Amino acid sequence: MTASDLTRLTAVEAVAEIERGDVAPSELFEAYRAAALDEDLNAYLWVAEGPPAQSPPDGAPLAGVPLAVKDLFCTEGVPSQAASKILEGYRPPYTASVVARLAAAGAPLLGKTNQDEFAMGSSNENSAFGPVLNPWDRTRVPGGSSGGSAAAVAAGSAPWALGTDTGGSIRQPAALCGIVGLKPTYGTVSRYGMIAFASSLDQAGPLTRDVSDAALLLRHMVGRDARDSTSVGFPGAVGTPTAERLDGIRLGVPEELVGEGSGVEPGVLAAFNATLELAEELGASVETCRLPHAPHALSAYYVIAPAEASSNLARFDGVRYGLRVEDGGLVGMYTKTRSRGFGAEVKRRIMLGTYSLSSGYYDAYYGRAQRVRTKISADFRAAFENFDFVVTPTSPSVAFELGSKTDDPLAMYLNDFCTVPMSLAGIPAISIPNGLSEGLPTGFQMAGPAFSENRILDAAFALEQAIGFDHSGARSAA
Amino acid sequence: MIDREQVLHVARLARLELSEDEVGHMSEELSKILGHIEKIGELDLMGVPPTTHVVEVPSALRPDEPEPSLPVEVALASAPAVAGGGFLVPSPQAGGE
Repeated sequence: MTASDLTRLTAVEAVAEIERGDVAPSELFEAYRAAALDEDLNAYLWVAEGPPAQSPPDGAPLAGVPLAVKDLFCTEGVPSQAASKILEGYRPPYTASVVARLAAAGAPLLGKTNQDEFAMGSSNENSAFGPVLNPWDRTRVPGGSSGGSAAAVAAGSAPWALGTDTGGSIRQPAALCGIVGLKPTYGTVSRYGMIAFASSLDQAGPLTRDVSDAALLLRHMVGRDARDSTSVGFPGAVGTPTAERLDGIRLGVPEELVGEGSGVEPGVLAAFNATLELAEELGASVETCRLPHAPHALSAYYVIAPAEASSNLARFDGVRYGLRVEDGGLVGMYTKTRSRGFGAEVKRRIMLGTYSLSSGYYDAYYGRAQRVRTKISADFRAAFENFDFVVTPTSPSVAFELGSKTDDPLAMYLNDFCTVPMSLAGIPAISIPNGLSEGLPTGFQMAGPAFSENRILDAAFALEQAIGFDHSGARSAA
Repeated sequence: MIDREQVLHVARLARLELSEDEVGHMSEELSKILGHIEKIGELDLMGVPPTTHVVEVPSALRPDEPEPSLPVEVALASAPAVAGGGFLVPSPQAGGE
């Protein structure tokens, strides 16, 4: 097989080739390493020097298929900077649990991918190391914050990748790059070693070429970790999706997110509706459902996430790691270090979070937002009494042009309109490629109750086969 | 509306130093974002408990048994300055506030 044939295999196909003895793990690694070094989307911040010294043990389930990892996962001895100047050159002394777990299952580290600084952004334009370009159209953003992971998988410089999702940071870039992205139930994947943004929302998940790859990667990510007190065991195991039909599946389309005035672009809505028709042809029923508090999700999110970020990012003070800017005294050193090290969006969110947690404002902002969150969870619980899944377009628009929203933070935040409610409720949601609008990918989002990943993957698999999305646009643009 | 004085106060709390330009932008942008956020003030949330954790977890306590941890020299390896087996920081008395 030529290098270009190798990088066209899905991860599941690559595992099979290796197990048959037709492809050596080192050969696959070198093909991807060359592709990662050669790529011109700025998707990678670091690429491994070569395959691991030891080949994966016989029978390792991931067989040596390499993995691209978002920069904010700590990887021992390897730059882990969360795409921030304040951590430039930082090489942690330990590896994030999920990365170590996947390496043990046979997925060695291929490289670290670009992202929005500290995962704060929806376009990857907030990276201290420059934006990532969308492989479908290099004048457009790949989405964010896991933009490098999404672009690398779409363009074929990674077989699959890890991302993190706080308010849509896996699903939205997956949608904008035409790949699959899954945000698991909060707590099912350990956060140990993930550089924290908003701890009550952050969750790691797979970005992959197809649904089968997402299921395979997730299978080896989940599990309780004694090092993360918020982690929970996944009931049973993540299976292999095989469904061909959707008979008896009830899909709910929330009026509040998809109806009149929700701001979903006409082309995106048309692609979404076409998939709903396909779902009906496969046996599903489609009805409108209600999530009465969903329109307030974005507001609650932009209180809760910045508040938690302002607290989490207090640790970047020039004392233990990363940048230090001296200024005579201690407080001056803290202030100069943080002012020099953080980018504009990170400062904005720290300011927003500090304000909402400051004396006299806590009840009006953070306290209220956490009550709204309770209502949003209750809305989903009520919807799931009548529906198997809640479905929406993943992002209200296709990939937008670089620079077109950087001057308007609020317009940028509105990209998360359809993804934030699920994050607040801690429930799993997947985005699968859903056809094109204006020649660019759109995403179809399916959310289910906590721990329903197997059912979501199965239904997504059936839809994926029916949609038959053509991925080639992400590769031919080069 | 977040005015200049409030921006400067919050920046001090957050240990951030903003340029004149940044103060102006921040005041404008935060006001706009908070204007949007304040819509949650319209909701009736009487008697609604705040979410503290989205997924029910059993007690996360474990037996208090010593386990190996990072050796001191490894934990210090990334620090900008170290002395005597600890992190070296400027004097709290010198300069600044």
